[in-house]
Amino acid sequence: MKIIVCVKQVPDTSGKIAVKPDGTLDRASMQTITNPDDLNAVEAALALKDETGAEVIVVTMGPPPAEGMLREIMARGADRAVLVSGREFGGSDTYATSQILAAAIDHIGLEKDDVVFCGRQAIDGDTAQVGPQMAEKLGIPQITYAQEIHKDGDTLTVQRALEDGYMTIKVQTPCMITCIKELNEPRYMSVAGIYETYDKPMDVFDFNTLKDNPLIDLTKIGLAGSPTNILISFTPPQKGAGQMLEGAGKETCDKLAGILGEKHII
Amino acid sequence: MELKLSREQALVQKMVRDFTENEVKPIAADTDLNTEYPAENIEKLFRYGVMGMVVPKEYGGAGADDLAAALAVEELSKQCASTGDIVATHNGLCCGPILNFGTEEQKQKYLRMLTEGHKVGAFCLTEPNAGSDASKGTTTAVLDGDHYVLNGAKIFITNGYVADVFVVFAMTDPSKGTKGISAFIVESSFPGFSVGKHEVKMGLHGSPTAEIVFTDCIVPKENLLGVEGKGFNIAMNTLDGGRIGIAAQALGIAEGAMAEAMDFTKSRIQFGRPISKFQNTQFKFADMYVGIEAGRLLIYKAALTKMSGARFTLEAAVAKLHCSELAMKTTTDCVQMLGGYGYTKDYPVERMMRDAKITQIYEGTSEIQRVVISGNILR
Repeated sequence: MKIIVCVKQVPDTSGKIAVKPDGTLDRASMQTITNPDDLNAVEAALALKDETGAEVIVVTMGPPPAEGMLREIMARGADRAVLVSGREFGGSDTYATSQILAAAIDHIGLEKDDVVFCGRQAIDGDTAQVGPQMAEKLGIPQITYAQEIHKDGDTLTVQRALEDGYMTIKVQTPCMITCIKELNEPRYMSVAGIYETYDKPMDVFDFNTLKDNPLIDLTKIGLAGSPTNILISFTPPQKGAGQMLEGAGKETCDKLAGILGEKHII
Repeated sequence: MELKLSREQALVQKMVRDFTENEVKPIAADTDLNTEYPAENIEKLFRYGVMGMVVPKEYGGAGADDLAAALAVEELSKQCASTGDIVATHNGLCCGPILNFGTEEQKQKYLRMLTEGHKVGAFCLTEPNAGSDASKGTTTAVLDGDHYVLNGAKIFITNGYVADVFVVFAMTDPSKGTKGISAFIVESSFPGFSVGKHEVKMGLHGSPTAEIVFTDCIVPKENLLGVEGKGFNIAMNTLDGGRIGIAAQALGIAEGAMAEAMDFTKSRIQFGRPISKFQNTQFKFADMYVGIEAGRLLIYKAALTKMSGARFTLEAAVAKLHCSELAMKTTTDCVQMLGGYGYTKDYPVERMMRDAKITQIYEGTSEIQRVVISGNILR
């Protein structure tokens, strides 16, 4: 059994956001972190590995420095990594990215027992599209917003979070599941993992590796092939400091009602 | 010469920094206030391989280097010097001597206990009348057939009432002075072992300090560490390594206090502006920063010298003296910057100031460091 986890390196949104003239993010000039929801996906994979002994393969698409993130995830316990990287892939939107990643997963080889985990969505684009689109391309079932996962033979029972409750779904492997932060508490790297991570295998899949894969349409990748066009990217202006009222009494409520009234909110 | 952490060292620093921020910082004030051993966090630090990190993989550890171990203690001590102390003692003073002087059997048994077995380690040298003058210990060990019989008491033992494995120094031949001291590995379960008084301390409230009493304590002959009569060398060698850990702990305390004071002074408005805008505050921070950077480099030098296999007594003493004096001065200055708030338990700097004091005392007082340093340079 293999567990493939897709992760993304994203700008640390607590830092400065830089935008290139073409409207895409200038990732090279920003501090990066592993997308938070993806760490929940990594944890889901590692927990399943602890239970079943499955191999965990972490996959990302990004520039060569994304290797650092992959090494950190292997230091948490993943067994090997795949870095999908090539100039031709740069500027891809979610449609293009999901094709490339689907081709990469297909290249790794998806077997009957295997599971693909993704984070719910990335904090840079907030689209939540890549996981589901990838599953469609791969032709496997998908469950989004998983908040609980149990494995029983070749089926997974997954609790899918909804706004006002949850849905319990049984799914057959191979399948794709997107994870939310309620699912688990991601573990840290371990010291032993850190001292092993640079000895673990990491493959690089470039354009040549994937160009002949049937899941990829070469006219629909990269910035030029992406159906989405970004018109403008900008950092929203900072809101002014809010006003805090304290206390649970009538006086505080009256004061609050007064302020909201003044602003014509109520 | 390139001054850059290795990839692994940088990841250890990052990992322990994250751990400290998420797991240690939230409970640090309560750990101090309630004099509570942070058992859950220590258990997690075993699980993540920080406890026993310097132990090679073949004995159950993570195979980390000495600088990585110092970085871990530094990061933990930024928020909780007690946690830093527990880890530094376990790694430097218990795993260290067993690793350096133990037989293959001792390493297989005890280093595995101290890593995979999640058993905490301690070091017993100090006695009521043998502090800085460590050679004047009166605990004795008498060989009786297949075992030694230990009698005496040790005081101020870090991890004292939580540890399972103790490296203990005792006189096997009192007539020979320091050449009559031997080292032993003692388990808390051995007959005749007991824990005495729990110390009530000024600071480091989360670090469990106790008296350890040996009353006809039976220690198997094979638990002699190194050879008979070489215990004092083992103690001194171990303390050299331990001092790098305490230097890192002191550096972490200073950094933690400075970060708190920077946050505070940027938002504390007096006379119409943040007090960070006053030159007195700025100059104080500049001086703290210089001291911290110097301390960091001294620790790196000491750790790298140790890793090279060369003698590092002088380097460790220099790093320990500088960093512990720095921690005391920095924390005192930070309390002053926070004024009345700094004196209350609503802010962590008063705790950091109390915690800093011990770094000038244990594992060789600042005065002993000066003895070591001058002895090395005035040859």
